[in-house]
Amino acid sequence: MYATINEANAAVLDEMRSARPYLVDVRPAHECIPALAEGHVLMHAGPPIEWAAMTGPMKGAVLGACLYEGWAKTTEEAEAFAQKSVRFVPCHDQSAVGPMGGITSANMPVLVVRNANQGNFAYCNLNEGIGKVMRFGAFEGEVQTRLAWMRDVLAPVLSEALKRNSDGLELSAIMSQAITMGDEFHQRNIAASALLLKALAADIAIGSASAADKEEVLRFLERTDQFFLNVAMAYCKCVMDAGHAVGEGSIVTAMTRNGRDFGIRVSGLGKQWFTAPVNTPVGLFFTGYSQDDANPDIGDSAITETFGVGGAAMVAAPGVTRFVGSGGFNDALETSEEMREIYVEANTTLQIPTWDFQGACMGLDVRRVVESGITPVINTGIAHREPGIGQVGAGVVRPPLECFEQAFEALVEARSKTA
Amino acid sequence: MLSARLIKGNFQDSVTLMVLSRDLSSLPEVNRVSVMMGTSANKDVFRETGMWHDDLDDATPNDLCIVIDAEGEDAGVADKVAAQVEERLAAMAKGGSKARYPVARSFRRACDQLPKADLALISVAGQYAHGLAKEALDAGLNVMIFSDNVSVEEERDLKEQARERGLLVMGPDCGTAIVGKAPLAFANRIPQGPIAVVGASGTGLQEVTCQIARGGMGISHALGLGGRDLSEKIGGTSAETALDFVAADEASKVVVFVSKPPAAAVRARLLDKLKQLGKPAVALFLGDHPDRRDYGDLHLTRTLDEAAALAVDLARVEEQAASVPAVTAKGIRGLYTGGTLAGEAAQLLAEALDLSPDAAHDEGFMLRTAEHRIIDLGDDLYTRGRPHPMIDPFGRNEMIHALAEDADAAILLVDVVLGFGSHADPAGELARAVEEMRAARGDKAPITVIANLTGVSEDPQDYAAQAKTLEDAGILIADSVRMAVLLALRLITPARAETAKASPLLSEPPAVINIGLRGFADDLASNDVDVVHLKWEPVSDKTEKLRRMAASLI
Repeated sequence: MYATINEANAAVLDEMRSARPYLVDVRPAHECIPALAEGHVLMHAGPPIEWAAMTGPMKGAVLGACLYEGWAKTTEEAEAFAQKSVRFVPCHDQSAVGPMGGITSANMPVLVVRNANQGNFAYCNLNEGIGKVMRFGAFEGEVQTRLAWMRDVLAPVLSEALKRNSDGLELSAIMSQAITMGDEFHQRNIAASALLLKALAADIAIGSASAADKEEVLRFLERTDQFFLNVAMAYCKCVMDAGHAVGEGSIVTAMTRNGRDFGIRVSGLGKQWFTAPVNTPVGLFFTGYSQDDANPDIGDSAITETFGVGGAAMVAAPGVTRFVGSGGFNDALETSEEMREIYVEANTTLQIPTWDFQGACMGLDVRRVVESGITPVINTGIAHREPGIGQVGAGVVRPPLECFEQAFEALVEARSKTA
Repeated sequence: MLSARLIKGNFQDSVTLMVLSRDLSSLPEVNRVSVMMGTSANKDVFRETGMWHDDLDDATPNDLCIVIDAEGEDAGVADKVAAQVEERLAAMAKGGSKARYPVARSFRRACDQLPKADLALISVAGQYAHGLAKEALDAGLNVMIFSDNVSVEEERDLKEQARERGLLVMGPDCGTAIVGKAPLAFANRIPQGPIAVVGASGTGLQEVTCQIARGGMGISHALGLGGRDLSEKIGGTSAETALDFVAADEASKVVVFVSKPPAAAVRARLLDKLKQLGKPAVALFLGDHPDRRDYGDLHLTRTLDEAAALAVDLARVEEQAASVPAVTAKGIRGLYTGGTLAGEAAQLLAEALDLSPDAAHDEGFMLRTAEHRIIDLGDDLYTRGRPHPMIDPFGRNEMIHALAEDADAAILLVDVVLGFGSHADPAGELARAVEEMRAARGDKAPITVIANLTGVSEDPQDYAAQAKTLEDAGILIADSVRMAVLLALRLITPARAETAKASPLLSEPPAVINIGLRGFADDLASNDVDVVHLKWEPVSDKTEKLRRMAASLI
């Protein structure tokens, strides 16, 4: 038991700093996540939610997963099945995270990230690329074809390549380079994706798969600019869980959205979710779509902002700020400066050249959020509110302050009991 | 009707193009515009959004594809949009340069970002100003409250707190101030200079500072007080602090005070304070008709321009006073060739020193006391049997020579009258006499000579050359008899020891935390003032309570 919250937070930050996440493998989800090994279980993004309450993109992805797992043959069957027979669990309760809908089923491959220091694992499904993709609620035709290919070709090739590196790939090194190359790991991952491909290319090339398969894998990695997002999410989850294990303090260890509710967890408040209705992101839309088509905020990807990158590292990726407001470098700088007020430390591993080499933010303190009224800025993709259409834009969003106020009140109460 | 344009080999990132698409879609002559690079994924998007055009078939990922959905078949529209794309891309590449300064969302963070902050500029809604100002005072900052609708009780509370801490509260309802090079709220770009302006009148401060600038002078600071400061209820607390500040400020050589007439009780205190500054001061209580105008160092005026002009004159006097060695004796001697000039000098001296001028004018004496003497050398006594001294300087020269033995003399006031009929080189004559007198005086107290040069540049003696002759002889030239007298008085007044401690607000370059209107921060930044903008918004009581708890929970 720490005497003060500040001391507890120092311990949480120590754990976070000493975490050493490695990308070690790509495995079928049921091999890593016991909850998926039996029955009809799907993981989803955000705090707990049931079928009836889900928004379009998540529902679409659920239908896609039912078809993918062979639990249904048609959309109608899938819908009936999802309504009655599927058990839904949050990714976050399974050491996992998933972008947008976050829907992950037993036979989907997941990235396996292992913390070489504290030994905990974190998992995330693989990025499908852009356009009609399941994480945004598209679920038919090419989506199914791609998911099958990812399971049958991409995952085994990556697994084999990763295993040629005895400890896997040290992700901090890739990320510290990528942040100097303009990535903030939520909306922009192009540098990290390229570095990952660079690290794996030779090992993929000499793998046992057919030349055609290997070429397809390399082509896929070549064009999937956001491939590293899912890796970064698993990395951040791995680090945040290591910090959360301290069990005390006021550091936010998860921020996530299920399309209805925004939920946060705090290092000193166990597994409890503090929730409030989500906001809807504002940003730029592909031609033909507008703000009216935007689904409310959704996805586990805000784990990046929980760790201190993404919106908090906006200054590293000034181009991203043009998704909102007038845009430009000064807006990026202003955003990161604002975030400095609610994160208690600078991350010496992730130094940002455009911020005069200040480290990225680290240690989101629920007290600072409540005190300043500043909520974290989250960079996010925007899904169409109807299932099956997919991504229509990208922008920024903020969590509702109520989550943090509730958590803070719970923290005060918990302390008054132990005092 | 869809039309398409390709710009070959012009790669742009997708964010730029999304911004372009959005902006161009709002053009009146189009339904929508889609701009993307010709990648296969983007071609799919063109198809899915009903914007496919067959011209895109051959587009490569490096070709910029523009598809325009517009009414009718006007190729001009497509060309116009394509031209706009190129134009806007060029404009984006140039980038915008905005004044850069940090933005904070909490007072604590603002202080972290600008540790040397010494002033908070508050322009939030009146009901919130008191709380924020209190926070600023607690952090040791001076405060300017632009906001109005702050109660008298709140104002008094803030000003009493500030007084205890040696801090200044300008306002509430203070629209204008300039601290060093920092324009605060409504202010003009006034050059730096020796005049400090203090006032409970925003436009009054602006007008006076502008007049000063147009008069060729600058200001050290202009401090606002807020319209109620001099009321009975507030009691001029900020006026006193501001005057203490400028009295102790080295850069402020002259002080101007501008306000509406203060409450009677406050007025007396204020006048005392102004007389005791140890610096020349000009006061204007707008609407007042002072029967006495001059009290030693303090001068009362009736209009804004008069206050500004007098301040400029006083500042010039200060500059001149600083340019000559300190005098050690006390006596003022006036040797005038012009009677009226002598008369004015005598009258002004008498007023300032509370003496009575010599009414009898025996032997041309316009003023004769134990210490000071002003003589009109045009008096009959001196022109008997010799030409007027304006024609023949011999008589005055003799009297100047005689000053060599006058140990009490410190200042010599003279006139040099040019024009038709006068001596061809009166300045040369005077300069020679002064040099001879100085040589003969030896190590007695030095005499400072102040001349009035009555003339214009077209005069036969050549005004500029005459002035140069005087300057080369170390003779100061005053612009008027009044200024000559002011300078004389200034030189014989012993310098006061600085008593009050200078406020860092005035002595250090200002550093400002701006709370409220963002434009004020922009103005400060564009004037190279260190500023942090605090983005502030009101919150619910519950949130306010939680905020305070969060700030104290460790």
